[in-house]
Amino acid sequence: MSLLEITDLAVHFDTEDGLVQAVRDISLTLEEGEILALCGESGCGKSVTAMSVPRLLPPGTTKLSGSIRLDGRELTTLPEPELRKVRGKDVSVVFQEPMTSLNPSFTVGYQIAEVLRRHEKLSRRAAMDRAVELLELVGIPAPRRRVKEYPHQLSGGMRQRVMIAIAVACSPRVLIADEPTTALDVTIQAGVLDVFRDLRDRLGTAIILITHDLGVVADIADRAVVMYAGRAVEQAPVAELFARPRHPYTLGLMKALPSAAVNGRLAEIPGMVPSPMSDPDECAFRARCPRAQDDCATSRPPLVRQAAGHLAACFHPGEQP
Amino acid sequence: MVWFILRRCGSAVIVLFVASVLIFLGVRALPGDPAVVMAGEEASPAVVEAIRHEFGLDKPLPAQYVDYVAQTLSGNLGRSTQDQIPVADILAERLPVTLELSALAMLVAIVVGVGSGIVASVRRGKLADYVATGFGLAGLSVPHFWLGLLGILLFAVTLRWLPASGYVPFTEDPGQNLQRMLLPALVLGTGFAAILMRQTRSAMLGALSADYVRTARSKGLAEAKVVGAHALRNSLTTVVTVLGLQLGALISGAVVTEQIFVIPGFGKLTVDAVLTRNYPVIQAVVLVTVIGYVVVNLLVDIAYAYLNPRIRLSGGGHG
Ligand SMILES: Nc1ncnc2c1ncn2[C@@H]1O[C@H](COP(=O)(O)OP(=O)(O)OP(=O)(O)O)[C@@H](O)[C@H]1O
Ligand SMILES: [Mg+2]
Repeated sequence: MSLLEITDLAVHFDTEDGLVQAVRDISLTLEEGEILALCGESGCGKSVTAMSVPRLLPPGTTKLSGSIRLDGRELTTLPEPELRKVRGKDVSVVFQEPMTSLNPSFTVGYQIAEVLRRHEKLSRRAAMDRAVELLELVGIPAPRRRVKEYPHQLSGGMRQRVMIAIAVACSPRVLIADEPTTALDVTIQAGVLDVFRDLRDRLGTAIILITHDLGVVADIADRAVVMYAGRAVEQAPVAELFARPRHPYTLGLMKALPSAAVNGRLAEIPGMVPSPMSDPDECAFRARCPRAQDDCATSRPPLVRQAAGHLAACFHPGEQP
Repeated sequence: MVWFILRRCGSAVIVLFVASVLIFLGVRALPGDPAVVMAGEEASPAVVEAIRHEFGLDKPLPAQYVDYVAQTLSGNLGRSTQDQIPVADILAERLPVTLELSALAMLVAIVVGVGSGIVASVRRGKLADYVATGFGLAGLSVPHFWLGLLGILLFAVTLRWLPASGYVPFTEDPGQNLQRMLLPALVLGTGFAAILMRQTRSAMLGALSADYVRTARSKGLAEAKVVGAHALRNSLTTVVTVLGLQLGALISGAVVTEQIFVIPGFGKLTVDAVLTRNYPVIQAVVLVTVIGYVVVNLLVDIAYAYLNPRIRLSGGGHG
């Protein structure tokens, strides 16, 4: 049994314009101590997939189906009071939006201490002392002064690291990090990745790392899931994925890497992402795919095994474009 | 924060100075000669002249102003032209009545308005939200006098639970006092409760969908803490601002309410003074009102800054 097992997860949102199918049938597993990267273009459903685990999506409009098991315990139907014991303790989250995810009315120290007092039952003082240590851990200079400051006194990068401090405070079993390094410059980014690695090595924390940055994936992740239009289109150990990408979309993403950029310009995958409102029975990537054939239009390619631990959803997998 | 408060106090003093000049000039610009009024219509010109001299009304305006400020600062607000009672004594008697009425009305408004606003936002789109919003709309559209009459009709005449009108000083009989103040306070507070409900609801709706509330939930905090600490704390600035802005309405509402319930407060004093052209009283009443405004606005600003670390720490102000 894996630490986290997501099976046939579908997440739809009821909006004024209709039903938005943000995530369509995702299945994935996460082992203890594993760092799993979720990548894909903006809007492909990475955040929604990850936020489904601690059920942090807006309750009124979210329609969720499928199963999410942590240590065998079903989270999708867990009563709220039980779930609150899981949130922040077993599963914690670094949100994508560092500028707005901290409460402007409380000091950062208070906001870190809060989660410690909730789950570790620390006293106010002990929690504050621990908050200072955590700020130091995530590489914030002068942590004794910073704990007493308010979010608006901190730069975006520092707020991001405060979020990380909150998320790692109670040594979670699963850490969801949504673009945790986007607001950071390269040296600090490396420091944050070290914090993650250290957490994994010391405590066996499993990490779901959401990122656009394939460089970060190559650097830290053990395995990667590539998402497209709400589905996983490819899934493989990182070394295997970079060595032998099977799905043309993955290949396109790799060409879009800065290191592969020509004349300093990012290569872009031409074409538009299909609408999240309709889901015809065809390959969603067909319109943008250099390998598209007639069969891609008649049914949706299933996610099938290509090699050991390597899955791809393509009728024409291979290394050639 | 200290600097911020000092700066605000400085501007409050300036406002008071300007206001005092305007009050001084304003009263003198009113039609009718106060000396004639005091002396009575059929008094001889000599008597009128004597009164004019006694009250310093024959001096040039700047000198009159200096007199006025000096007198006011020493606590001498003159005597009522009606009955020669010192205005300061009248105020000491009337002001607490209105302060009590306003404070009770505010209390009602804050408890009912903020409370129902929070409930409405948390239960958005559910029955509780519709009930609160419906009552909010009704509370806004019903005028004080109508609500007051209805209240008297229902609670005093039909049900006989409460006395219809009249006033008993708190120091004399606290129970009787509160019993008689309850209905007026409810009547005066309803409009504010409605306004506060709407503002609290919309501020809370904004806060509840904010990213930091999701962060609070992600920590596993209880919903009471998420709503009551994280969301409410950021909505309070709105509540405080609304309270400050509604002060004028509170004062005019108090005037009407005191008339309906025959409460011998500040509002009634004002109306009577204007009707009898009682200049010293009018002056004092307006001055006290202005001071009330300035002080409450100062408190609102300080509370606003206190609630908003961005302002508190930068020493800036809002608006
Ligand atoms: N609360 C919501 N209500 C309606 N639609 C939503 C909601 N949250 C997300 N979506 C939609 O679901 C889709 C997937 O969103 P998601 O945030 O998971 O994308 P993402 O892969 O994280 O993209 P990015 O890289 O930009 O963060 C998008 O089309 C988005 O507009
Ligand atoms: Mg996202």
